[in-house]
Amino acid sequence: MKPKSLVNIGDYNRTDILRILDNAAQFKANPNRNLLEHRVCATLFFEPSTRTRLSFETAVNRLRGRIIGFSDAATSSSSKGESLKDTIMMAANYADIVVMRHHLEGSARYASEISPVPIVNAGDGANQHPTQTLLDMFSIYETQGTLENLTITIVGDLKYGRAVHSLIEGMADFRPTFNFVAPDELKIPEKYKSFCDEKGIAYREFTEFSPEAINSADILYMTRVQRERFTDLMEYEKVKNIYILHNDMLKNSKPTLRVLHPLPRVKEINQDVDDNPKAYYFQQAKNGMFVRQAVICDLLEIEVNEVTEVKKLRKE
Amino acid sequence: MRKELQVAALENGTAIDHIPSDKVFDVVSLLQLDRLSNPITIGGNLESKKMGTKGIIKIANKFFEEEEINRIALVAPNVNLNIIRDYEVAEKKDVTLPDTIIDIVKCNNPKCITNNEPMKTRFHVIDKEKVELQCHYCEIKIGKENIVLK
Repeated sequence: MKPKSLVNIGDYNRTDILRILDNAAQFKANPNRNLLEHRVCATLFFEPSTRTRLSFETAVNRLRGRIIGFSDAATSSSSKGESLKDTIMMAANYADIVVMRHHLEGSARYASEISPVPIVNAGDGANQHPTQTLLDMFSIYETQGTLENLTITIVGDLKYGRAVHSLIEGMADFRPTFNFVAPDELKIPEKYKSFCDEKGIAYREFTEFSPEAINSADILYMTRVQRERFTDLMEYEKVKNIYILHNDMLKNSKPTLRVLHPLPRVKEINQDVDDNPKAYYFQQAKNGMFVRQAVICDLLEIEVNEVTEVKKLRKE
Repeated sequence: MRKELQVAALENGTAIDHIPSDKVFDVVSLLQLDRLSNPITIGGNLESKKMGTKGIIKIANKFFEEEEINRIALVAPNVNLNIIRDYEVAEKKDVTLPDTIIDIVKCNNPKCITNNEPMKTRFHVIDKEKVELQCHYCEIKIGKENIVLK
């Protein structure tokens, strides 16, 4: 059965993921459609996240849907002490679908259990942000032509990075090989290593950002090493410049390599990489909009192909 | 010669034996015995050949549902649970952890929605032997030693 809401990337199986990515490709070819005409989407951002909210709202706007909601809990009744349940029930009275971001972990799962309309999790604390994973996977699919048998080098904060953990889970059924590049303090947690072992996924760990890790990769996934993650600031000072990608480090990389980053970036990708055709992080962020169009239509059971076909017929 | 009982015999009801001494009151709370009006005998720090010391709880005229007694497995998986009828052991039961535990355990993650919203907690038992739980909501895993009852 197709999931009713998107809370966790693990709720989507291989078929679901491929269906979303194929539909996202159709939206990328033609993002402006009438598919959400007469539909209302609530964007409930209990925690501000401008980038994610704009991406969702543009996705809906380009499909002619209408948007209600708030961009900060301070302007909603939760500041008066209203429970999450009541806020969700109210929004579900008015909207056909609810996109929510919340600082509490598990909030989206709970909302999906009480809401009569589909919920899209746009981030619940440190837990899940599944449309980020889908847009990462779409960018991989698009640039490599496949999701199968790719070598993905992930660099930076592998301990706390939510995007990293979800990417590992999302790619699990596509036989990836991972290179994990991180300082000791931010190493990939044991639970993801045992996850890889259970799934038969090959991986190597590096503490150095070595040419080997870059040159063997199809995808170089960079993340931010945040100062506040370190218990020992001396350690941070030691490693803060090690995990920075400079353009010359890409000179022996595969011609098909693409560099991704969930953004915002700070210093971990030097600006001299931006003009390299292998840099793909800005397009990756843009892909988020197409993926979100695909997710929203999928949850509302709007057939993307069918409508396109009707349009074609009309033209003829 | 008749062996002296450490706790008075039960005519009808449920006897829970071999409770680790430090878990007696957890069992009391798990079975919500404080809400019962039945006669209850609670014995703590009693001599035990097997365990050194142990606890015993006897509840007269009360027979628990499977779901209720399985809660005990969270804190004391090796208890002996006997159903007594007319002073005889009519049935012996093992306690086994259910697959899902609803509204008994508190989530250890302060940022979990269950600690911030009036709602029931829900845990999946991911390892029955090691007693490892995973919060259905925030997905955090909790080992046996860190289980806190609600």
